[in-house]
Amino acid sequence: MASVASKLYSDDVSLLVLLLDTNPLFWDTTSTTFSQFLSHVLAFLNAVLGLNQLNQVVVIATGYSSCDYVYDSSLTSNVSSESRGARMPALFGSLLEKLEDFIGRDAELAEGDEHVDRIASSLLSGSLSMALCYIQRVFRSGHLHPQPRILCLQGSPDGPEQYVAVMNSIFSAQRLMVPIDSCYIGTQNSAFLQQASYITGGVHHAPKQLDGLFQFLTTIFATDLHTRGFVQLPKPVGVDFRASCFCHKKTIDMGSVFGQSKLDAANASSSVNDRKRRAPDS
Amino acid sequence: MSNQRKRPNGEREEDDEEDDAEGIGQWERAYVDDRSWEALQEDESGLLRPIDTSAIYHAQYRRRLRMLSAAAAGTRIQKGLIRYLYIVIDFSRAAAETDFRPSRMAIMAKHVEAFIREFFDQNPLSQIGLVSIKNGIAHTLTDLGGSPESHIQALMGKLEAAGDSSLQNALELVHEHLNQIPSYGHREVLILYSALSTSDPGDIMETIQKCKKSRLRCSVIGLSAEMFICKHLCQETGGLYSVAVDEVHLKDLLLEHAPPPPAIAEFAISNLIKMGFPQRAAEGSMAICSCHKEVKIGAGYTCPRCKARVCELPTECTICGLTLVSSPHLARSYHHLFPIAPFDEVPTLSSSNDPRRKLGKSCFGCQQSLLGAGNKPGPCVTCRKCKHYFCLDCDIYIHESLHNCPGCESTHRPKSVSLLEE
Repeated sequence: MASVASKLYSDDVSLLVLLLDTNPLFWDTTSTTFSQFLSHVLAFLNAVLGLNQLNQVVVIATGYSSCDYVYDSSLTSNVSSESRGARMPALFGSLLEKLEDFIGRDAELAEGDEHVDRIASSLLSGSLSMALCYIQRVFRSGHLHPQPRILCLQGSPDGPEQYVAVMNSIFSAQRLMVPIDSCYIGTQNSAFLQQASYITGGVHHAPKQLDGLFQFLTTIFATDLHTRGFVQLPKPVGVDFRASCFCHKKTIDMGSVFGQSKLDAANASSSVNDRKRRAPDS
Repeated sequence: MSNQRKRPNGEREEDDEEDDAEGIGQWERAYVDDRSWEALQEDESGLLRPIDTSAIYHAQYRRRLRMLSAAAAGTRIQKGLIRYLYIVIDFSRAAAETDFRPSRMAIMAKHVEAFIREFFDQNPLSQIGLVSIKNGIAHTLTDLGGSPESHIQALMGKLEAAGDSSLQNALELVHEHLNQIPSYGHREVLILYSALSTSDPGDIMETIQKCKKSRLRCSVIGLSAEMFICKHLCQETGGLYSVAVDEVHLKDLLLEHAPPPPAIAEFAISNLIKMGFPQRAAEGSMAICSCHKEVKIGAGYTCPRCKARVCELPTECTICGLTLVSSPHLARSYHHLFPIAPFDEVPTLSSSNDPRRKLGKSCFGCQQSLLGAGNKPGPCVTCRKCKHYFCLDCDIYIHESLHNCPGCESTHRPKSVSLLEE
């Protein structure tokens, strides 16, 4: 098996880690239902698996109060036994089952929260961290491995409390040379996803109509890393890199930065302050 | 095979001895340095087995983590995020020694290149300068700057070793350069010293006192043996002195200096430093850039204060002197401010009511099975806050590269608990 595998490991074998947003607070507000969205996504996953016999797909669900793995195409329990050696899962039965379980558990965990004005963000930093741990495991498994990339299918807005964690994940992905593609299906712009794709060299796209989602997914996000050199993909335009003030949360283009960092149990004081604050002596 | 002419049996034995006396055959040379008996270890019953490197590696890593967290626990540690570091490399005749293969000079250059890249990755707002010591005189290879490529090119361009080494001349030169930088920056020197002596024009103790007064933190990495003067220098200025035993050790010692060191309390001045966050210029716009003095089209950044165009970040605006950075550059240092606590080791219980059998069959991060040989629970670690289980490799990856605990990030916190209270 090893020699056959090495002959089949050409440049375009890819491992796609899909981070699926299941946040109920977002899906309640869209015109497209979650099940219609899922049908586009499942068709897309079939397309990716069909492009190359050795392609792998892992799906991690990003919920409101938890994240978990729902599908891994390399696990033998997912391979249908009728097909003669071909690794084409027919109906993703286990994916849908696990996804339903996950959404149920997520909703139970969220019931404990009694806040009326919940910011509708999902736990992007959690699923990004899990995806990177999985990719790190793939790298450890030897030098014959598919080329990994991450695709974020996100609709919920950014949660500002996740900024540091998301940036940490982005820099770690940059060091591992794993591109983070992002497909944003929500209403406002997502600065986190734009920065993630820009810094790691991935593709960012925000399709306007969710009816044609399958078309966007297959034409833009299904190409493997080797083929991207020959294909015209959406280029990054106008990524907003301005910082925001730690206290006022407004974007600023000139500010003051503390030269030291103080690690104190009570406060962390490396911050970017708006210039309207008390001016320092220097 | 050795170049022996074939001779009859009786005489061949003499030839073999002669050959041994003259030199060894080519096939034997491959084994001269290979001490494979050192990679073996006895187990409980006295049988030999190869050393289990992954467990040792993980144990070393945990020891290091414990030392770091013990140092930081309970104290208010300030870390200097804006560092001005001079790397002093000794190119005296001792650098041409071949105890490091191929020579000390080549190994030093290779590892300093890796160090420079790692340094700018962890400290994007800092600057490095290079100084070399040759023939008893210290030369500045590059001035303080923030671009790794220019330093690496200057370093690789001149790799020759000659003459004596002079510690005092190097310190005087570095002291002169670092006196000019603003007070909020942290002044550091890292000396890679291969020689066993120093030929100085004056009293080196005075120079050391001068450096101490100017708050210069000097660290030394020796390549040959421990020297009193280096130890004294590091003790006086608050730096770190270590001597490398082999190439791998040298690399580890060098990379220890990449994360920001704890700042000495009296020396640290808390200042607010003005910085600009430029916007990217629109595609197709034309301007004369201030760094190359040429007309450029499209990609570039506009200084928010004087509207001059610069080509890359981070940099200082040549017109008005404002430090220009982008928010990801600042964000690279955030993990020093919000570090994650080390994970706890889980004792491997073999009792059947091990709670782990129900909870953690697989690592939360990578889904690898945590069961060892024969379905017994293998070694793993757990996070104190979220109580999820992780395998040893994820533990190392999370603490050294990712700086996020996947379990804590995947747990929803109610809005009232702010980021600062973690």
